[in-house]
Amino acid sequence: MSTALRPAAQTPPAAAATDAESTRGLVEITKVRKFFGAAEVLKGITLTVEPGGVAVIVGPSGSGKSTLLRTINHLEKVDAGFIAIDGTLVGYEVRGRRLHELREKEILKQRTEIGMVFQNFNLFPHLTALENVTEAPIVAPRAGKPRLSKAEARERGLELLDRVGLKDRAGAYPRQLSGGQQQRVAIARALALDPKILLFDEPTSALDPELVNEVLDVIRELAKSGTTLIIVTHEMGFARDVADTVVFMDQGQIIEQGTPREIFTNPREERTRSFFSKVIEPAFNI
Amino acid sequence: MSSTATPVAQSAPEPASAGIESAPETAPAGAVPGGETAPAGTGSAGRKAATDYADYRLVPARHPWRWVGTAVVAVGVAGIAWSLATNPRWEWGVVAQWFTAQSIVNGLLETLKLTAISGALGFILGFILALMRLSASPLLVSVSWTFSWIFRSTPLLVQMLLWYNLGYLYEKISLGLPFTDVRFFEAQTTTLISQFAAAVLGLTLNQAAYSAEIIRGGILSVDQGQLEAATALGIPAWRRSTRIVLPQAMRAILPTAFNEVIGLVKGTSIVYVLAYSELFYTVQVIYNRTQQVLPLLLVATLWYVVITSVLSVFQYYIERHYSKGAVRTLPLTPLQKARKFLAIHTPATRETSQERGTR
Repeated sequence: MSTALRPAAQTPPAAAATDAESTRGLVEITKVRKFFGAAEVLKGITLTVEPGGVAVIVGPSGSGKSTLLRTINHLEKVDAGFIAIDGTLVGYEVRGRRLHELREKEILKQRTEIGMVFQNFNLFPHLTALENVTEAPIVAPRAGKPRLSKAEARERGLELLDRVGLKDRAGAYPRQLSGGQQQRVAIARALALDPKILLFDEPTSALDPELVNEVLDVIRELAKSGTTLIIVTHEMGFARDVADTVVFMDQGQIIEQGTPREIFTNPREERTRSFFSKVIEPAFNI
Repeated sequence: MSSTATPVAQSAPEPASAGIESAPETAPAGAVPGGETAPAGTGSAGRKAATDYADYRLVPARHPWRWVGTAVVAVGVAGIAWSLATNPRWEWGVVAQWFTAQSIVNGLLETLKLTAISGALGFILGFILALMRLSASPLLVSVSWTFSWIFRSTPLLVQMLLWYNLGYLYEKISLGLPFTDVRFFEAQTTTLISQFAAAVLGLTLNQAAYSAEIIRGGILSVDQGQLEAATALGIPAWRRSTRIVLPQAMRAILPTAFNEVIGLVKGTSIVYVLAYSELFYTVQVIYNRTQQVLPLLLVATLWYVVITSVLSVFQYYIERHYSKGAVRTLPLTPLQKARKFLAIHTPATRETSQERGTR
């Protein structure tokens, strides 16, 4: 927390909530700490991602990037600090001066506003591409929105598959698709609930090099759509293209954050510089 | 690290480009003489040249020992078949006479009824026990564990006799508020627990204990990422279990589950201790009267074989159903294979052969 050199505008959650219209997808992470046993993997992270913003988190493996991402949709419970989306706390409810832990049902509702794309796709292998996309809209209870009928979900699913360029593979099972295609289906699946925020956990790390770009192109398109994106990646060229904020993490802390230009070409911290000197060179030589 | 990365990146193109340069030189050099020598030189020289083997005759590899092994096994099988057919003590006539006798068929139906009811109830209860065991509640976990522990560590025979003799332990069974005199329901245990009830109770509870572990194993075999993805999508817990996890767990559950069901078919024979007239007890009653012990045991055995065979066919198709998406393309079923074979070999008589192939 103290090491964050450029803490973004620190709007308190309460103030943000007053401006409901313009704050679709504001993510505020405040002093978040997380322990796995005795190891502290997040040491007080404070980070704000503006609505429609694209934040790319980079850093060495084991730096807590993925854990941070997973705390945002409450897949990991934080041990201290809090996370708010458009001023609403994730996983807790404020009643008076107390924080009440939400029940699973309520948390599920919150999660429908936050899409997540995993490194290993995690598509449901026994369902077709289309069924993967339509499952959640049909069954997941959503805040303020009705569940879709099967026909509606199907129409919407085909539309989303079309958007990721896979309309003609709607009936295919995940194992019949290439890695890149599977990840694009996974992105369509995450989009099916019209989330305010999309989390990408190393979306291209499990892909063959020639398949990386088809996935990155889809994410580039999404970056223009006004959905807030938080992306953990090792693709530095992509990060430079797409991010409006780059966050460098190491050992559970945010070392520095800023625009891609600031972070990639003119990092202030020695640790940032040394990390980029290892990973950026190959990417920029191409 | 940064200092080492750069030289590697720089040095890498050099050998690569050297390789590319040398390749065009050697490749045509090798190809040109090879192409010339092949037609001119001896036919066997094929190391460098790309000889066209298209018009060579293909000789399949020979496996003489396979033929020897096949012959030995065939002789053995023939010997067994011969002795079964010719040894008069098998008394096939008696077997045939009793095989479809009314009493045997009635016993068979009882066996099927017991298997179906205790199998279905056992697996439903087992599923609930498995979910309990995997739940976050320590109480549910220990209740489930204790259940499996008790029913797996006592002999089925003892369980059966205990249930049947429950009336000795508890004369009346009642439902009401504990520690008060309020009773909603009360009955004599002996009228409540008939032979059938004791049999179903014993088989179901025993089956549940085993199937709970099978289902739990299946659920554990599903990748954690599947649950995570479903959770992240806001899919409700029950739906996650039934729609996402269970269909995938089925692939691991089914082979063992069918083992259990097949075991249960024969396991029902244990209810003879309750003098319940299922297949095995019926057979016993008959041979005690007629003294044709072996032929009648054979009758029962043959029926068990028939049931198991039918179940195996079910197993094949159910497993196939659940392998959807797990394999890129499903293998052909025997029926489809037969059709394909017949379609290729006897196009003229296809319709009738297909009929035969079906049965």
